[in-house]
Amino acid sequence: MTTTTITPTSGDHVVPRRTVIVRGWQDHLFRALARTGGTLVLVLMGLVGLFLIIRGSSAIKVAGWKFLTTQAWDPNSHNFGIAAVLVGTITIAAIAIVIAVPLALGTATYISEYAPDGIRRLLIGTVDLMAAIPSVVYGLWGAFWLDAAIEPVSQWISTYFGWIPIFAAPDFDPSDPLATTTVFTTSAVIAGIVVAMMVSPIAASIMREVFAQAPIGEREGALALGSTRWGMIRTVVYPYGAGGIIGGIMLGLGRALGETIGVYLVISQIFTINIHILTTGSNSISSLIALRYGEATPFEMSALMAAGLVLFVITMAINFGASIIVSRSRSGAASEG
Amino acid sequence: MTIEVPTPNTPATQSAVQGATERATVLTVQRTHLPQKLPEADAAPEVQRASRRTRREDVFRLAGAAAAGVAVTAWLFTQIAPFQGGLPFLVLSYGFFLVFYAVLVGLEDGVVGVVDRLATVVFNSVAVVLLIALIDIIVFTIARGSKALVHLNFWTQDLTLAGPLDPLKVGGMLHAAVGTLIMIAIALIISIPLGLLCAVFLAEFPGPFSRVVRTVVEAMTALPSIVCGLFIFATWILLLGMPKSGFAAALAITIMILPIIIRSADVVLRLVPGNLKEASLGLGASHWRTVMHVMLPTSRSGLMTAIILGTARGIGETSPVLLTAGYSSSFNFDPFTGPMTSLPLATFTLVKAPSDTQISRGFGAAAVLMVLVFVLFLLARLIGGKGAGELSEAGMRRARADSARMASRFTRRRLVPAGYGDSGFPPDGFRPDLGGTP
Repeated sequence: MTTTTITPTSGDHVVPRRTVIVRGWQDHLFRALARTGGTLVLVLMGLVGLFLIIRGSSAIKVAGWKFLTTQAWDPNSHNFGIAAVLVGTITIAAIAIVIAVPLALGTATYISEYAPDGIRRLLIGTVDLMAAIPSVVYGLWGAFWLDAAIEPVSQWISTYFGWIPIFAAPDFDPSDPLATTTVFTTSAVIAGIVVAMMVSPIAASIMREVFAQAPIGEREGALALGSTRWGMIRTVVYPYGAGGIIGGIMLGLGRALGETIGVYLVISQIFTINIHILTTGSNSISSLIALRYGEATPFEMSALMAAGLVLFVITMAINFGASIIVSRSRSGAASEG
Repeated sequence: MTIEVPTPNTPATQSAVQGATERATVLTVQRTHLPQKLPEADAAPEVQRASRRTRREDVFRLAGAAAAGVAVTAWLFTQIAPFQGGLPFLVLSYGFFLVFYAVLVGLEDGVVGVVDRLATVVFNSVAVVLLIALIDIIVFTIARGSKALVHLNFWTQDLTLAGPLDPLKVGGMLHAAVGTLIMIAIALIISIPLGLLCAVFLAEFPGPFSRVVRTVVEAMTALPSIVCGLFIFATWILLLGMPKSGFAAALAITIMILPIIIRSADVVLRLVPGNLKEASLGLGASHWRTVMHVMLPTSRSGLMTAIILGTARGIGETSPVLLTAGYSSSFNFDPFTGPMTSLPLATFTLVKAPSDTQISRGFGAAAVLMVLVFVLFLLARLIGGKGAGELSEAGMRRARADSARMASRFTRRRLVPAGYGDSGFPPDGFRPDLGGTP
């Protein structure tokens, strides 16, 4: 299979002997087959990427830099850009991450450090199960339950924290008893919570796996030196699992940016930048594609491809960053059984 | 073929060593031995010792702080500020509970102790919040869908006869379930062989080319699912002029789950212990046989998990299907002609309709989809969840039976006088390339 060199330990001329192994025809066939499989996947995946780049770039060429600064989406009159949808995408993902990180970190810590044995197994299963729930179910929950349930909370926040610009609700006057609360429906916050529910189990299960690998000797050492449980977590488990924490967050972020249906069902799409996250209207790149693909002209199709390309590049950068951080963390032990 | 790795100092190893000098002895000694069950102490993994105990004061403090928190919030809500709503009440009382608890702990403990106690409480409650959210999502979906789910026709009919105004006694979701199964079956027929082949290639033929493939596959796991649909829509449907069909949707699902399957299968294959592979190659097995009889069986549970998780993702995702499958309200068993629908797509389409019965049907479809995904997921947990090379009871029995068979085969051969048989191999010749069958 491979050519090995053996260095003899004695003898006048120390020359490495070459041992050549003859491969059978099965091995040749196997090599060819595996190589074909790899090539096929490469071609298929490369084709998707190339097609996106080629079709997308024709729209970007027409729009130029205005592609990044225009808020409107009207490709047929060549007045289009992703400013609004990109800001919407990032807003929703940011809200999702702000909510999901404490949830995921807390759950992962509880499962690996605090939970009694029986509950631990149950919780591990539950969290993994949550990661498997289809996104359309989360979307339904957001659109039909959360949308109504969040209304008083949004109203409360905007009344008492309205002086912070992002929590303000310009169309809602808290002193007017007849003011309608419908301005608080279909907002970016609801979409953000839905996406947070979607990504926190993914992040939590990655973090939990890394936490569980923190060496027992170091944990017991910290406790033996008089550390409290929290002190032990802070000084042993978290530093050991830092790579897993960051990697889990970034993988969740990648998922949050690309989520389509959960967001599409919840928000009402607008093509202006809305910084008031509690009020109606937001947008995201993937919802834009889901909304506009149907009646798209060939040029609009290429504009949608360009938007998809931007989304792809962002998620890819985040994913690569995550995998580099995870692989550099201490927890990547070699496997020699 | 099963490779048993005997621990040092077993009779088998010693006899093999002796065998170098006393060939006659070796011929009568059984070389393959059945593994004994290890004593519990050695078999169990290292476990952290429990150092926790609950005192009576801990319980009193928690209960007292909780009661004080709720009481203060109730007083605040009714007497001071015109707050309203259940959620603000809950949040505020939790905040007060934390403050009171900190004070109570602080009465007899320092800052370090207070922080530790607070951390314990916060982590407990975060886990509870996530659990409650999950239960809420599942119960809400099933409760809203139950109006449709209780009718038998929901499970046996399609929606051809059921308009938005028809009662739930008419029409069902079987066509969407059939569509889902057809689409995922086609997607799996393409992606399982291709995915496993590519994963084996990545794990077994390291080099510049496989590094490129791995990089591209890893990049493709980031491809948003809607873009998979957009790609198939722009090429297969617009460029090649094919109609929207179940096959187009299956292609979009394939593009989405192929990188997921390859990536997790690659990880599992790389976890196969190196000494198992080396043992197989060292015994003279060819590369092909090593992969087929050592690597794949060893990582079987992990590979199954990779495939099943990919399947769950492929079944549940709406966006690739939304762009490529079209929507149909009647049965369509032919994936190549005519629109086809799947459960998530049906859910998505029905809940947007301004009719209560359609929304109920949509929730029913979502509940069915959720149950389908849960079943797949439980299957994955049952099969997977074990590390590479860890065998179940049955697997262990099979492995022992294999070893016993091989041992008896060697003994049989040795009992025959030298120069026996048609094969012409020496009596104790070990031919791994013949596989594990006698």
